[in-house]
Order: sequence, then C-alpha cells, then structure tokens
Amino acid sequence: MIQRFRENRRLQGLLLILPAMFVMVTLLVAPLTLTVITSFGQRDADGNVIYTFTLENYWRLMGFTESGWDDLYLRILLRSLWLAVQTTTIVILMAYPLAYFIARSPERRRNFLLFLVLVPLWTNFVIRIYAWVMILRGQGVLNSMLGGVAGLFNAPFQPLDLYPSQTAVLIGMVYEFLPFMILPIYTSLEKIEPNLYEAAADLYANAFRTFWRVTVPLSMPGIVAGTILTFIPVIGTFVVSDILGGRQVILVGNLVQRQFLDARNPPFGAAASIILLVMTLVLTLYYTRRFGLGEEIAAG
Amino acid sequence: MANLAVELRNVWKRFPGPGGEVVTAVKNVSLQIADGEFFALLGPSGCGKTTSLRMIAGFELPSEGEVFIHGRAMGKTPPYQRPVNTVFQSYALFPHMTIGENVAFGLQMKGVARQEIQRRVGEALEMVRLAGYERRKPKQLSGGQQQRIALARALVNRPEVLLLDEPLGALDLKLRKEMQLELKKLQREVGITFVFVTHDQEEALTMSDRIAVMEGGVALQVGSANDIYEHPNCRFVADFIGDTNFLEGVIAQVDSNKAQVEMMGGVSVWAHTPQRVHVGQSVTVTVRPEKMHIRSTATDVNQVTGLVTDIVYIGTDTHYGILLDGGQAIRVREQNYSAESRLLAREGETVSVRFAIEAARVLTE
Repeated sequence: MIQRFRENRRLQGLLLILPAMFVMVTLLVAPLTLTVITSFGQRDADGNVIYTFTLENYWRLMGFTESGWDDLYLRILLRSLWLAVQTTTIVILMAYPLAYFIARSPERRRNFLLFLVLVPLWTNFVIRIYAWVMILRGQGVLNSMLGGVAGLFNAPFQPLDLYPSQTAVLIGMVYEFLPFMILPIYTSLEKIEPNLYEAAADLYANAFRTFWRVTVPLSMPGIVAGTILTFIPVIGTFVVSDILGGRQVILVGNLVQRQFLDARNPPFGAAASIILLVMTLVLTLYYTRRFGLGEEIAAG
Repeated sequence: MANLAVELRNVWKRFPGPGGEVVTAVKNVSLQIADGEFFALLGPSGCGKTTSLRMIAGFELPSEGEVFIHGRAMGKTPPYQRPVNTVFQSYALFPHMTIGENVAFGLQMKGVARQEIQRRVGEALEMVRLAGYERRKPKQLSGGQQQRIALARALVNRPEVLLLDEPLGALDLKLRKEMQLELKKLQREVGITFVFVTHDQEEALTMSDRIAVMEGGVALQVGSANDIYEHPNCRFVADFIGDTNFLEGVIAQVDSNKAQVEMMGGVSVWAHTPQRVHVGQSVTVTVRPEKMHIRSTATDVNQVTGLVTDIVYIGTDTHYGILLDGGQAIRVREQNYSAESRLLAREGETVSVRFAIEAARVLTE
C-alpha cells in the first residue's frame, strides 16, 4: 500500500494541495457563489433575502433608479478608483527612492533598514490609523506643531482642517501601504547584477540614463507586485475611510458594509461587491498584461 | 613615446578594508601599452590586475598616479566619457533587452542615427558570427554565444581600447581554446588595442603580444611571451609561467654575465646572470625542465648527478623526478622522439643531467 502510494505521483500531488483546496473551496468559492446569487435577489420589508433573478440592484448601481437618474453610486465607485490610483502613485514615488537607497546600502546595514520599514506593522492596523486621527485633527499634533512654529515667527496661523477629510484618508492609505511597496521594489532592485550598472556606464550612459534604461525596467516586477499589493486593498477599503474620512468619505467598501449591516439590504450590497470584484479583476489583468509581470519575472 | 594607447604612470590604488585598515591593491604600477597591441595583465587572483583594468575603464579612480588613453590624462573622467569599452567576466548583458538592443545600446547613448545603428549592429553580429540573433533575449543563448554578444556590444562602438576582464573564464575548456584563437584573429582584423586580464598563463602566452605579470599589486615583469618565459626576472615570474626548477646556492665566481653557483653536496653550475651579483651572494638558479637532459656520459660545463625517484610517462614527454647530490630535487622533461626514449633511466638509478649555461638563469629575488 505504501509502495503504491510512493509510485503514484498523482495521488501525492492531490494530498499536497488538499488542505489549501479545502480552505479555498469553503472560504472563497462557496461564499463567492453565494454572493453572486444574492446579488440577483431582492429583499423583503424585514431585510430578508428573496432569491429571484433580477438585475435591479445592478441598474441601481449604474444610476438607473425608480425615481430617475442618480449618479450617487457611480460617484462612490469613481471616488474609490481615484483614491486607489492616487494612493498607488504616491506610494510608488515615495517607496522607490527609499528602496533604492536600501538596496544600495552596505549589505550589513540593509537588514537593519528593512527591519525599520517593518516595525510599524507590529502595531495593530486600526490603532495606527487612530494615531493619525490624533495627529491630523483640529487640535492635533500636526496643528499644534505648525502653530508653535508659526508662533516663533509671529506669523498668523490658521489650523489645517484635515480631519475628517478625503485627504486624511489618502494620508492614512499612503502610510499604511508604503511598506508593501518598499519590500517588493527593494527585492527586485537588490537582484540587479551590479555589473549591469557598470556595463551601462561603460556604454556611455550617465547615471540618469542608466536609471531609466536599466534600473527601472529591471525593477518593474517589484513595481507591479507592489502596485497589486497596494491597489487591490485600497480600492476595497472601508476601515481607513471610516476612521479618517468620517461620514464625508464614502467608498465602495463603506457602501457594501452599510448595505449589509445598517441598511439591511444584502442583495444590493452583494451587487456592489461583485462590481468591485469585476473592476479590480479587469484592472489587475490589464495592468499585468500591459507591464508583463510573468515575462519580466522570468527574465529578471 | 608616440602611439601609446594606454599608459599607467606610477598608479597606486588603496581600498578601505573590511576592518577599517587600508588595503593596497595596486602599488606604483607603470605600464605602456602600444597602439594595436594585444596586452595581457596576468597574475593570480588578488594581484591587482582587475583593479588596474577597472582604473583604465574608470570604474575605479587611482589613489595616486595617472592613467592616460592616447596621451590624454583621464583624471576623474567617468566611465561613460572614456573612449574605451569593457567585456565583463559575467558578460553583463542587459536581461530585459534583446540581443539587438544590447548591441545597439552604446550607439544609442552616443546619439548615432537610427539607420547607422541598425547597419553597425548587423555588422557587429556578423563579425561574431551571430547574425540574425537580434530579436532573441540573452537568456536564450549559450554561454559562448553570450560571450560573443558581449564582445560585439563593446566592439560595435569602435573603442580606442577594448578592455577584457577574464572574458573566457566562464567557458569550458574546449570552447575557451576556440575563443582564444578567435579573439586573437578578431583583434588582428579590427586593429583595436586589447587589454586583457587573465589568471591563466597559457591563455596569456597564446594570445598576447606582450604580458605584464602582476603579483601583490606590483607589475613584476613586462615583456613578450618569449621574454617572460625564457628570461624571467624573478622567482615568482619563473614559477608562475610554465614549470621550472629552482636550485639554491651561493655565487662562487663571476665572469662578465655568467656566474658560478655552488650548492650543497659539492654541486656547482654555471648560469647566465643579467643582474649584477657578487661572490658570496645567496641566489636561486632556474632551469626549465625541458632544457635539461639525462645523459649517462656527458662532458658539458653543467653536469649534475642524482638519483631517479619517479618516472611519469605522459605520451609526448616523459618526466623524471631526480634527487640531486646535496638533497635538491629537480624535474627533467625528455621529449619522446621514439619509443625507446623512455628507457633513458630507471627508478633508483643514478644518472647525469646536463644543461647549457644559457638554459640556467640566476635570480636574485
């Protein structure tokens, strides 16, 4: 029996993927199927789901309501998308120089610097976002510091009205996802053969041209990986916008959460989350095709 | 001196070591490399040959001294402004670019017109016999092909000097032999000065017009392959290039450029001495094994006797290990002209070994 098991490669493979398969099926495939089914349903007056087939929820999200055109939900979708694009762009611009600096540091110092990048992740995510409330609010750390500096120069000071606002949400997002961009970019930069920089210099490329022709293309896998790690969570977030945006900033994540928990309209919430899922999938697929994740990783 | 492609004038290079101490990689090296020459920097690892090459390329700057390329002092000129190109040991081909893009890179950076680039890339690939490989990626090529692309990528720019850092080190023996001859032929064709770093003495002898033997950051001897093999100026060079015998002794008599050296056990030989020596000085005499001959009866000036300790037959030659009277061991190589050649002596037999005065050389350091 054991002998037969040793010879049966297919059986071995099946056993190896079984635990992960179990989790995927029970915690991803099944709930997702349920969500899709619910999104085509209706609710009754008590908030119970009636399983029928109607596209009403999707029409409503697109702006076609019983009482005429209303782009409320479209604006929420676009706001989420725009915030995710902004966050990802800022995070790339901030993470790249830092990752480059770490990758170029002496080997002994690199581990320490990476350790520093990871230190914030030791504290709970919600606590860190609340810390930003303390910093950004009217009488918060930022305003009292700025006020102090202004006082030194006898300059008039108007406290910044940052909390709650969409800017505060953006700041919180950038802060939260910076390490997830630094690490993959660092990894791909670190893998670049130092000889390649010398080869570029030898072939008449100055530092600027070496950066754009050699460093950036070879670190593309890191940028792509970091973008996926940032963009997908940001577009679906609801915690950061809840805490730092107050009632002003409603994102798709908040919409879904409220439809399920407050408005007691699971079919509508399910439809919103399916729209979010499809949007994320399409964008991710386009992005990885466009920048050739697989090929770059194979070549690098 | 006119027509020098590269000159190193009293160049020193010091690095900070891992423990904060100063490591001197290159010590007061002066080299003159003529235009169109195939020049080798030869030495064991850590001898400063690669550092010297990197100073010509501009990847390192000398701590002291000056590097000249065609008479122009390089000073702190960065690599991308020097009229030289490098073939790296690891080839350093850009993995994200095709072969065509790799070869075109230098011309693009120099702002050469697109059509001209296309023509020259084609020519360069043809020169290394890889025409039609433009669209492949470096990963899809074998080691030998990547090597030739690295060569094409450098030569397409028509540099004043081509620098090669152990370019054949990663290839297997057979391919290396082929590439040695091919490189030599290529250098003749393009007429560009090649400066070549290697630790393989055979490679240096095969390919170079002239060789600088380096050790401990010092250029010990510079000369043609023949010079360095036949007239080594110190013990390290004699030992590093080919096989040789060393006999320790004391100068007994000096006669113009010859000296008599006396050794333990009453052995005494005459040897050629290019340096000034004085009676009583301790010296080393070097004789190449193929210049010594086993003869039962000989009447040469230099004749030593000893006991055959081992015989190794390697086909073309037979090697004899001989323990001389006085305790010094030598090896003698006899070429096998005929099948009987290996019967010159037997193990345990006492034999006479003779060699010419010119074959023996006095080394003072």
